[in-house]
Amino acid sequence: MAAALELDRINCFYGNVQVLHDVSLTLRQGEVLCLLGRNGAGKTTALKAIMGLVPVRSGTIRLGAVELTALPAHAVPAAGVAYVPQGRRLFAELTVAENLEIGLMARGKGRAVRDAVLALFPVLRERLRQVSGTLSGGEQQMLAMARALCLEPQVLLLDEPTEGLMPAMIARIRETVAGLSARGVSTVLVEQRVDAVLPVADRVAFIENGRNRETLDVERLRADPDLVHRYVGVG
Amino acid sequence: MSFGPHLLLATLEGLVTSAVLALMALGLSLVFGVMRVVNVAHGEFFMLGAVVAWWVASIVGGHPAVGFLAALVVSPLVVAAVAFAAERLVLRRLSYEPEATIVATIGLLYIIQQLALTFYGPEARPVEAPFSIRVTLPWFGYSGYKLFVIAVAALLVVATWLMLTRTRAGLLMRATQYDRETAQAFAIPVDRVYAGVFALGAGLAAIAAVLIVPIQQAHYLMGLDPLLLSFIVVIIGGLGSLRGTVLAAVLIGLSDGIISVFFSPTLAKMLATLLVALVLVFRPQGLFGTAPR
Repeated sequence: MAAALELDRINCFYGNVQVLHDVSLTLRQGEVLCLLGRNGAGKTTALKAIMGLVPVRSGTIRLGAVELTALPAHAVPAAGVAYVPQGRRLFAELTVAENLEIGLMARGKGRAVRDAVLALFPVLRERLRQVSGTLSGGEQQMLAMARALCLEPQVLLLDEPTEGLMPAMIARIRETVAGLSARGVSTVLVEQRVDAVLPVADRVAFIENGRNRETLDVERLRADPDLVHRYVGVG
Repeated sequence: MSFGPHLLLATLEGLVTSAVLALMALGLSLVFGVMRVVNVAHGEFFMLGAVVAWWVASIVGGHPAVGFLAALVVSPLVVAAVAFAAERLVLRRLSYEPEATIVATIGLLYIIQQLALTFYGPEARPVEAPFSIRVTLPWFGYSGYKLFVIAVAALLVVATWLMLTRTRAGLLMRATQYDRETAQAFAIPVDRVYAGVFALGAGLAAIAAVLIVPIQQAHYLMGLDPLLLSFIVVIIGGLGSLRGTVLAAVLIGLSDGIISVFFSPTLAKMLATLLVALVLVFRPQGLFGTAPR
């Protein structure tokens, strides 16, 4: 499979503190790649680096032929990368419709895309005029994903999308990710819980202290659960 | 004059102050709300608006209405262009760091003020009102132009609200205000939004100045009092809250007008400052403000 997104030895800093050390990752077309690691391992920073929200001091990030590291942050979504941040980060005082509108504007998409996205999350159609900060946690997560999908991205970055959600909602998100993968959308999924990723991931990259220790096929991980213990401490 | 008509006159005078203050404070509030920049130079954009208005009206000549209308168009554009340049050349280079931008806008205040003193001079100069109709009420006559100022300011406040809530540009501004980082992650060019908001804020101050200059005259030190009152208004209303800003402007303007007429202007300023102190102690985010994220 062709590489949809490629991180080549990227190094990132917060001030003088280095948080990513020569991280390299390859995301294939239609693949779900999970970044696993403990709190503070550098998973979220890796996603922010892809989005241009954290400066990359050295190394490159490529989306096909486009070098994302050469673009300003606001040009990255237009290139085809959508981001669902940790904690959803909705525009809480805007309505559901306005949040979706912002997603649509990012790549100049119209009503047809919005309708297709709302077909995935029908409950949002009933709440279009509701202020998004007043939605339930599960609905907020759906809106965060819907807003990102309004970009019709080639690559979707999901940062702990199952955090604090009920099992039924987690299953729903898993289904959505699998459906997107079947349509050729590549996904980078950041999680701390292994059980949340095994059913949906194709490969897992273990991030530890800002380094990519190992990237494994998910079958290999199922066969050897000790690997999970080694990097994240829990199964 | 008996108490009733006296109160009506004081209320009308207060509404004129409220109208101008609402426009001016709206600009300040927008800049803080979206950019988190405390623009200490905002009063100088007001002063520059008045000075440019005088300059345009002097050049155009003819009927006062022609010069006034030309000033109403040209002055906000010139001031917005100056603000845009200041944003690009100064604030952007400081990465909009709150402390650095306060110091930078203090510097900008003195630069604009001293340039005005150098090229415009220390004199106070009037711009003729576009018309001199006097509205006759049963108890007294009142300036038709002052009523026009109230009406235009109200229209502009409504227009600003519609722009923020009903247009694409407004949606981009509000998204940037709520969460700058997420806005960038959705292709919003935050630095361009900032430049536009800073220019818009200055433009609103300039419009307020053009409206007031037939009543108060243009002077190079005229920006200081409105700046202080604008800060009072946005702190009471809640930094970044349009609704709070407008309501606080009406409250402060009316109390200024009424207390000034019945007691003294100094007492009006004292009470406004006391109100700010109370708001800061008991509701630091202002009446309608929200804590920044």
